[in-house]
Amino acid sequence: MLNPDLVGRTFTSADSVTVTKEAIQKFAEVIGETNFDVAPPTFAISLTLEKSQSLLQESGLDWTRVVHGDQRFEIKRPIIAGDIFQCSSTIESARNMAGNEIVSVRSDLISASEVVVSTWSTLVVRA
Amino acid sequence: MNKIETGAELAPKTFNINRKLLVAYANASGDQNPIHQDETFAKSVGLPDVIAHGMLTMALAGKYLSDIAGSQSVIEFSAKFIKPVVVPADTDVSLVISGKVTDVVDGIAKIELLAMCDEIKVLGMAKGVIKLG
Repeated sequence: MLNPDLVGRTFTSADSVTVTKEAIQKFAEVIGETNFDVAPPTFAISLTLEKSQSLLQESGLDWTRVVHGDQRFEIKRPIIAGDIFQCSSTIESARNMAGNEIVSVRSDLISASEVVVSTWSTLVVRA
Repeated sequence: MNKIETGAELAPKTFNINRKLLVAYANASGDQNPIHQDETFAKSVGLPDVIAHGMLTMALAGKYLSDIAGSQSVIEFSAKFIKPVVVPADTDVSLVISGKVTDVVDGIAKIELLAMCDEIKVLGMAKGVIKLG
């Protein structure tokens, strides 16, 4: 059960993450993308997942029971190698439906005070 | 090459998903949840078998979008994960993505995507917005 006091709070990672050409290439190759100059559209999830996962685990969620419900991306510009991001995550809502807990998390990748990519994930914690 | 105009149906593409691809995606994305790699674990939590990462299915649908006007053109992308893609051992599972242009205004095209596995729709409300040219 998620601590309800955490809904609406924003957590920004203390450490930044640097995007490497190798990371873009590794992700691109899995989906058959041959352009490594910019990251594929869903690459941001590889940067935000770990942060939102640790945030939710610290908030009391059992990660082994989590199922991904839906996902949305807003991409202001493509991610490129050399980008340095802070990740800022907000638990936007948490509600209970038929015993399952439904949590919506927004994560922003921020470079020099500019939001480059925003991701919204709805996670369902199975009862 | 598909012409991008309102109402245009875009040619389908087939992507093969197998266990090897799931391991590669786990390593590339950092999502090492055992339900995507370990059959015994997957079954122990009530799944029929190993299932693909929803985000892998979405990444492949993203490749379909990228193929229209380039990776750099995708500015919005969303989907619901409505059915799991079950990936038995030693099997290539076919994921067929197709698309329809629903709107083109000022060089911005909205695309509705359909993602099918064995006649089952696996993504719901899958939509992309791309910048043309």
